[in-house]
Amino acid sequence: MPRIGWIGITARENNFEMNVQIPRKGEIMNRKTVWTIFGALAVCALLLIVGCNKKESSEQPTNNMAEQPPAATPIDPATVATIDGTVKFDGSAPKAAKIDMSQDPACKGMNEAENVVVTNGGLGNVFVYVKDGLGNRTFDVPKDAVELDQQGCKYHPHVLGVMAGQTIEIKNDDQTTHNIHPTPKDNREWNESQPPSTAPLQKSFAREEIMLPVKCNQHPWMKMYINVVKSPFYAVTDSSGKYEIKGLPPGTYTIAFVQEKLGEQDQQVTVGPKETKVVDQSFKDAGM
Amino acid sequence: MRKPSLWFEPRGSILKAVRAKYNPAHHAFAVFTACATLVVITAGAMVTSNDAGLSVPDWPTSFGYLVKVPHFVGGIRYEWSHRMVAGTLLTLTLAIALWTLLVERRRWLRWLAVAAFCTVILQATLGGMTVLFFQPPWLSTAHATVAQTFFCIAVAIALFTGRKWVEEQPAVEFDSRRPSLFTLTLFSIFVLYVQLILGGMFRHHGMSWWPHVLNAVFVAIVLTWTAIRALSVYSRIEAVRWPAIVMLSLLVAQLCLGFVAFWTRVEWGRNAVQPELPMVVATVTHVAVGALLLATTVVLAIQVWRHVPVAFAERTSHALAQEKVTAT
Repeated sequence: MPRIGWIGITARENNFEMNVQIPRKGEIMNRKTVWTIFGALAVCALLLIVGCNKKESSEQPTNNMAEQPPAATPIDPATVATIDGTVKFDGSAPKAAKIDMSQDPACKGMNEAENVVVTNGGLGNVFVYVKDGLGNRTFDVPKDAVELDQQGCKYHPHVLGVMAGQTIEIKNDDQTTHNIHPTPKDNREWNESQPPSTAPLQKSFAREEIMLPVKCNQHPWMKMYINVVKSPFYAVTDSSGKYEIKGLPPGTYTIAFVQEKLGEQDQQVTVGPKETKVVDQSFKDAGM
Repeated sequence: MRKPSLWFEPRGSILKAVRAKYNPAHHAFAVFTACATLVVITAGAMVTSNDAGLSVPDWPTSFGYLVKVPHFVGGIRYEWSHRMVAGTLLTLTLAIALWTLLVERRRWLRWLAVAAFCTVILQATLGGMTVLFFQPPWLSTAHATVAQTFFCIAVAIALFTGRKWVEEQPAVEFDSRRPSLFTLTLFSIFVLYVQLILGGMFRHHGMSWWPHVLNAVFVAIVLTWTAIRALSVYSRIEAVRWPAIVMLSLLVAQLCLGFVAFWTRVEWGRNAVQPELPMVVATVTHVAVGALLLATTVVLAIQVWRHVPVAFAERTSHALAQEKVTAT
């Protein structure tokens, strides 16, 4: 049974009279102490801000400073083979999701998502690359930059292939500010804004990474994928699902087909000298 | 001769040992600061729900300026607005802290005001770090957790400066049940914090949804137990009854909102190409009501601590010993 003690008027009077105390020395916080606390906090916050900014700026110069790459393994151009084919979508094509671009009047582009592009059964935006079979071969990094354009508040292309260390030139053709924000697993993350009519950004990724997502936080529908590979043997399927990989030395390879929503499928392929081999692939409708 | 104060001097009145004076302006400002905190939390939830967290890539400046209004479109609207209202809240907190230091005679309340300012500085720093370190889930979750902690502190300051707290002599009933109601309220706060962390980790893509949903069951049980105990045994004490009723109502609302948020974001929003209005509304309201629920539970804990102290032998003997020392 709980003990109950409601306070009566008498008790309240007694209690209150008894407990009135004059604050003792030291009870009232010294003003100097208060200002010291506030000052120390402000200095700490400032140091933290400066520290964070320094770290960010010190990382910047390393962006394009790649180590001297080893010499490329020579390939006999007289024996090279070609792989081409079509990537199909097995099932009824999903309806493209609509994009609402009304939150920025400068965005007047096509308002359909590109995450699953199917035209007459062909599946677009599939990244096809030689995943295995090249051994210890090394390849020259192309000096030409790969272009990534922001137009109509969409990325062009939606899926991009690039070699590790190769420059990506990022342009903004819109009359609005975008921010380019790759969210890699194995490369350095960065996030930069790009106002309209400014010089293209020059960026590169040092390590191999497939389906590296890039997004714009100002326009949340803007997403694309960069595929960073070590060899030049890759392609992205066009809207009808067709692709072609040229200049491949004869051998047995694992060809990977990667789609952002449908995942990865692999095929073993052997190509002889000067051979052109058709390698088709199909992705099943996984209840989208 | 000094009378023993065991029965008519519960902790509630010990808190009033230094006579405090009710300051309506100070209290109104404290209430305003608490309300402003809820606005900032809601604005922060809007940022996350609209996936706009990194639309302004620099910090503490925004596109190189401290207060210049940028091109107000897309995600910038949410992120920049959040920064501005958060900056205003920091100023409000500095003001309430300085005001409290100047006018308040209760030392513990002055320290609480300093703690509020320290918390808001920590919160601003965490917010900046989320931008500079690209929103790692643990950091974004820490930012969300400290935000609600600050809200609780702001609400507590508003409570402590209120007329009822300052002028009213508290009605007291000793609690001999085990676990005590005070223990239950502390346990409620603990499970709510766990829920807040799990929800934050899920929301910031650091964890799956199921730990948050599973813990919601546990939260519902603990909070219902606490509310039922408060309402069934101590409903005569208004200061305990009302927070318990509000807590229970908010719990029901929060569970419904959680269900809606789950459906709009996890089920319907699985293949969404951008944040859609239903999922934004559901998740933002879920965060705001969650903050209110935590703050209400903290208020309940404070009122229980004041009005329903735990009765046990050690306290009784300790109090008597104190009286002897004071008498001599």
